[in-house]
Amino acid sequence: MRKKKISVSVIIFVVFCFFVLFKALNKSNTYVPDIISGKKLLSFNAKKLLNNEQVNSDVLFNENKIYLLNIWASWCVPCRDEHNILMQLSDNPSIEIIGLNYRDNLINAKKFINELGNPYSEILIDKDGTISIALGAYGIPVTYIIDKNQIILKQFVGVLNDQSLKEIKSLLK
Amino acid sequence: MLFSQLGYYSLIFALIFSVILIPTVHRDLKIVNNVINPKILTVVFLQLFLVLLSFICLVISFINSDFSNETVYNHSHTTKPLFYKISGTWGNHEGSLLLCLLILILFIFIFLLTSKKEPKKYRIFTLLFQQIIIIGFFLFLLITSNPFNYLFPIPTEGLGLNPILQDPALAIHPPILYLGYIGSSIIFSSSLAAITQNYVNNKWAKNLKNWVIVSWFFLTIGIMLGSIWAYYELGWGGFWFWDPVENISLMPWLCLTALIHSIIVLEKRSLLASWTLILSITSFTLSMCGTFLVRSGILNSVHTFANDPKRGIFILIFLFVLILIALFIFFVLYKPNKEQQKNFLFSKETSILLNNCFMMYFLSVVLVGTVYPIFLEVIADEKISVGPPFYTKLLIPFLIPFLILMTIGPNTKWIKDNFNFINVRLILLFIISILLSYLILREIGLSGLFSTVLIGSALYLFFITVMDFFVKNQINLSQKISHFGFSLLVLSIILNGIFSSEIITNIKVGEKYDFKRGSIYFEKINNFEKQNYISIVGTFRIYDDNGKEIYLKPELRIFNQPIMITSEADIKTSFYSDKFLVMNLVKGNDFYNIRYQTKPFMIWIWLSTIILASGGLVNFFYKKIK
Repeated sequence: MRKKKISVSVIIFVVFCFFVLFKALNKSNTYVPDIISGKKLLSFNAKKLLNNEQVNSDVLFNENKIYLLNIWASWCVPCRDEHNILMQLSDNPSIEIIGLNYRDNLINAKKFINELGNPYSEILIDKDGTISIALGAYGIPVTYIIDKNQIILKQFVGVLNDQSLKEIKSLLK
Repeated sequence: MLFSQLGYYSLIFALIFSVILIPTVHRDLKIVNNVINPKILTVVFLQLFLVLLSFICLVISFINSDFSNETVYNHSHTTKPLFYKISGTWGNHEGSLLLCLLILILFIFIFLLTSKKEPKKYRIFTLLFQQIIIIGFFLFLLITSNPFNYLFPIPTEGLGLNPILQDPALAIHPPILYLGYIGSSIIFSSSLAAITQNYVNNKWAKNLKNWVIVSWFFLTIGIMLGSIWAYYELGWGGFWFWDPVENISLMPWLCLTALIHSIIVLEKRSLLASWTLILSITSFTLSMCGTFLVRSGILNSVHTFANDPKRGIFILIFLFVLILIALFIFFVLYKPNKEQQKNFLFSKETSILLNNCFMMYFLSVVLVGTVYPIFLEVIADEKISVGPPFYTKLLIPFLIPFLILMTIGPNTKWIKDNFNFINVRLILLFIISILLSYLILREIGLSGLFSTVLIGSALYLFFITVMDFFVKNQINLSQKISHFGFSLLVLSIILNGIFSSEIITNIKVGEKYDFKRGSIYFEKINNFEKQNYISIVGTFRIYDDNGKEIYLKPELRIFNQPIMITSEADIKTSFYSDKFLVMNLVKGNDFYNIRYQTKPFMIWIWLSTIILASGGLVNFFYKKIK
């Protein structure tokens, strides 16, 4: 009798653990430290991809607009996936999309744009990757939403999806 | 690409062999003799061969940087050194699972080869239970985490291995740890088999003990390597952080340590049979729980692999199926031996039981600290994290009686003891240890009864274990070595904790920083271009109060793929202490943030762990010498 009680209580306990852990699985725990949001964008100099002209970020992010800074590369497969989202966004006049081409072969980068379309109003080159690192990117693609005062509103690590598209649109209002 | 195909199909064929095995085994069970049908051995061997082939294919894909393979693409890069290309094979979820599977089959094969003197049915049932685990792993691998997924179009470059994983200690840490985790699967299967065959006796214990020691040995070394990596690579300036994943490896270790002790009681005195079975089953369950918690992404830490909820559900269900099978067999089929042996209060049995109680206490503290946040989040929707203070508060007070009992326990006799061995000499030694510890503490200006007794009992255990080596009959050499290693480990950890000092400051090139016991001078900074990263090396000259000067050169590595900055601490190790310096960039100006630490007895922590583990190995060699 005692053995039966013990076995039943052990089994009930095990089943309880199963359900708790099962529930825990569905809880999202992806956590991106949001230290970058709310900070001012770092000032940097970079060359433009299309005409090789030097430009300063303070000059570029100067208009009364919301900017989207997207770090990408032609060799980056996930960047291909998010290109569609960027193309959709590029139709929106209240946001300006700036690309930062990360450690890329420039010929491949131009091919990539010709092939998939150009959502960017300006493409800057980060040949050795230092600007991206300074911006706080630790993998690409990374996207920053920047307001007219050059304050970073939001950082998206990884591929932009429909959810992030909604979030960006809500920031534009 | 060819290798990916080959690897994939050999995995599938290996799974088919698992299925073939069942009817063969069933037929063989009906034949009454004591030799397993050689066909069964052949099938297991073929299975082992195919999985090995598949693993080698994955290694080759990594070496060739074959980016048509998704796993390789996600975790490798052409500029990575060859050594890390190879270690990248098990540095990711899919590859490491394949390695686990390989070890699972390897171990059951070794078990079948080395257990020829044991009853046939028991061996066959062990094989069957092991095959259930193996099939579970096969399905998990093929359904949710196929290491040979094909990518088209073929990317020209891979995404790279996480740079913090590019470290020699870490390259061998996972395989060794898996040997420990998976070793416990044999303990699990053979316990279940022994229950079904009513074979839970001292002969069984004697043979199983070897497996317990093997997995315990690998687990100890594996945990140590992980700890060495954390110390050198993460640059947090410590060797144990009570990180959930560290805890997860510690739990089966505590359980196996308890098992080593209780299985000896079963072997020598035929006592504690049920308890030994519970521990055997728990060890493997805890290892599997570890896999679940790490791979499902429930816990976030350095070890989190890219996660996918499907995987979590699979392991969870698999884990609980195994637990329920084990519970069913234990509660329904197990018939405990009713014969009661005479047992006295003062005996070796009692002291081992006490050891087990302490182990279970330590285990439950670690378990609660690790799992409680998950339960709390689900039930109360509250996020908390459990940190080192929780563990130190709950564990350290119990360390004192544990250490003192450990000096007495091993010297008691089986069955009954009247404590004749306790004499004036031992009591005197205890008083000397306490005095010594008081003097040490006074030297650095600390006091307090608690720390005095703690260090005193650690010293006492140390002296006793050293003295034990000079006793004439060396019957238990491996126990003596392990206990000596353990006492040294506890002593080094405590002294390390008390004597460590730390300085954190921001400093520019050319500047000098003075502190109480010396000064730091930041001489220069150099940049180097390496194969897959840019290295920034700072040179620091440090004078200590004795006028000695040393140079430390911490490094920052800016990896290209994926972009990531890691800081490599520079550590000068000496017999007594480590000098540890790590630097970090301060964004936006030319200051560097440095952390300088002196850590006494660091090297003794590693050495004593090696001694502790080697006690297990001696067990095998010493028998042969005799």
